[in-house]
Amino acid sequence: MARVLMKGNEAIALAAIKGGVDAFYGYPITPQNEIPEYLSKHLLANGKVFLQSESEVSAINMVYGAAGAGKRVMTSSSSPGIALKQEGISYIAAAELPCVIVSVMRGGPGLGGIQPSQADYYQATRGGGNGDYQLIVYAPESIQEAVDVMKDSFNIADYYRNPVMVLVDGLIGQMMESVDFDYPVKERKLPEKDWATNGIINHPGRRNVANSLYLDPALLEQHNFKLQAKYNQIKKNETRFELVNFDNPEYVIVAYGTMARICRSAIEMLKKDGIEVGMIRPITLFPYPEKAFDQIPKKAKGILTCELSMGQMLDDVLIANNGRHKVGFFGRTGGMVPDPEEIVDAIKSFNERVVK
Amino acid sequence: MLEVKYEKSKGLTDTKLSYCPGCAHGIVHKLVAEALVELDILDRAIAIASVGCSVFSYQFFNCDAQQAPHGRACALATGAKRVLPDNIIFTYQGDGDLASIGIAETIHAANRGENITVIFINNAIYGMTGGQMAPTSLIGQKTTTSQDGRNQPNHGNPIKISEMFATIEGVAYLERVSVYDPKHVLNAKKAIKKAFQYQKENRGFTMIEVVSTCPVNWGMTPVDAMKWAKSDMEPVFPLGIFKDKGAE
Repeated sequence: MARVLMKGNEAIALAAIKGGVDAFYGYPITPQNEIPEYLSKHLLANGKVFLQSESEVSAINMVYGAAGAGKRVMTSSSSPGIALKQEGISYIAAAELPCVIVSVMRGGPGLGGIQPSQADYYQATRGGGNGDYQLIVYAPESIQEAVDVMKDSFNIADYYRNPVMVLVDGLIGQMMESVDFDYPVKERKLPEKDWATNGIINHPGRRNVANSLYLDPALLEQHNFKLQAKYNQIKKNETRFELVNFDNPEYVIVAYGTMARICRSAIEMLKKDGIEVGMIRPITLFPYPEKAFDQIPKKAKGILTCELSMGQMLDDVLIANNGRHKVGFFGRTGGMVPDPEEIVDAIKSFNERVVK
Repeated sequence: MLEVKYEKSKGLTDTKLSYCPGCAHGIVHKLVAEALVELDILDRAIAIASVGCSVFSYQFFNCDAQQAPHGRACALATGAKRVLPDNIIFTYQGDGDLASIGIAETIHAANRGENITVIFINNAIYGMTGGQMAPTSLIGQKTTTSQDGRNQPNHGNPIKISEMFATIEGVAYLERVSVYDPKHVLNAKKAIKKAFQYQKENRGFTMIEVVSTCPVNWGMTPVDAMKWAKSDMEPVFPLGIFKDKGAE
């Protein structure tokens, strides 16, 4: 397949089909509607399952049911909708079932707005659901990267028996770019789904149960230790990031997704002004690329965290930096997207932006 | 010569039931298990356990099972049934789970005509959490959160699920039964079996509402609880077939 021009949400939907999705369950919300719209046509046409649920709460629990049945299943939503899904996400993570959740962030809090935002970093990486659980969170910066991540996401979810979240913002969802769907995904030897609750007829002699209830605290603690061991494996194996212009940076920007793209332009502009600025671009938000911060030169003057929020990833930057460099913050929020010039000014006035 | 006259259904595991003495859950579990065995669908059945006293039903039914968040059983059942149309999928839910927190999931599953079976246990109280008022609690019924008795101005009237669901096009079979004496137990068995038979034949959404008991939280002996189910609950929740597409 040659490169095609596609809208972000539709490209994500097509990539899900190429990734082998069996079923989609979701509820309408802007700015992600093109994902269910595209899938409603193309999944049904191919004998797969598409169902518009009565609510986000119901959609994520349909995902739970189908994931338990051993199928490749996904949902998509946006900020307030993802908030409603948190209960189900916690159960799915607890029951160690694979699924993919696409989150197309819009401005908040509350009903907020429908313009692009990154104010759901906490929601994705800390979760609004109860208990000690983690999602594997990808934050692509382009439609091409969203497609590549999306195609791979079902393999990763199956491999670790864990929900994967593909986190983009309304800008990536709504814009058009040319994409190639043929980049190969990483080969993984996937374990058989011998745990699937698909009837004893499919696994004679054994009852399979998808469950998250452990009333005995000793057993629940053991279950949590097991989950934690898995998250540690994920940290070891799946951390992804990109270093941009990292030869000898005077300052380092940390940004992901749409904000990273704006920062790329700012870095080029700053170069013309004789200021070398590097960038750490996390591609996974969990696991967070803490080790990338070891590569920041000792003499760098500071780290500027740039987000479309009031400073959420900033927490992880402060943890990863561990007091080594000054850390500053630049953010726009509520759906406002900055021009590269604003990032240029923020670097030039870095000392006024230091938070720690 | 010794002859086996009665044994536990193969549709139940050997796990000891967690229900209180005199609770009717045990009877209904047995009826569901027998229906699955007699219709030869146990090996392709998936039980969806809910939150409430029956939360551990995933340990009791001798088939695959999923444990749902509170109220979401019909959403799990829908998700699973859509990808596994040849399996037999049923939920087992109490009145708090189905008629209160999960009413949206249940109504919409029924309205889509999901080919699943819902076993709805109505005992007019929250049992697991210690006897709070349920949406089906009777007017005047004293619970830990309606200590002077349920009253209409404050709490509304007991919600009549079968009457409400009878208006839904996608429902193929709907019957309210009770288990307070052997005759009614036998009829409940017939109803449950019919619901699963309809699912086997892909006829649509089936639900059996069981007027049940909660001796501990009602503050009664098991015998008195069975009597109260008949004398006080049945007038509010009359028994009978509310919908049968097969008979139409």
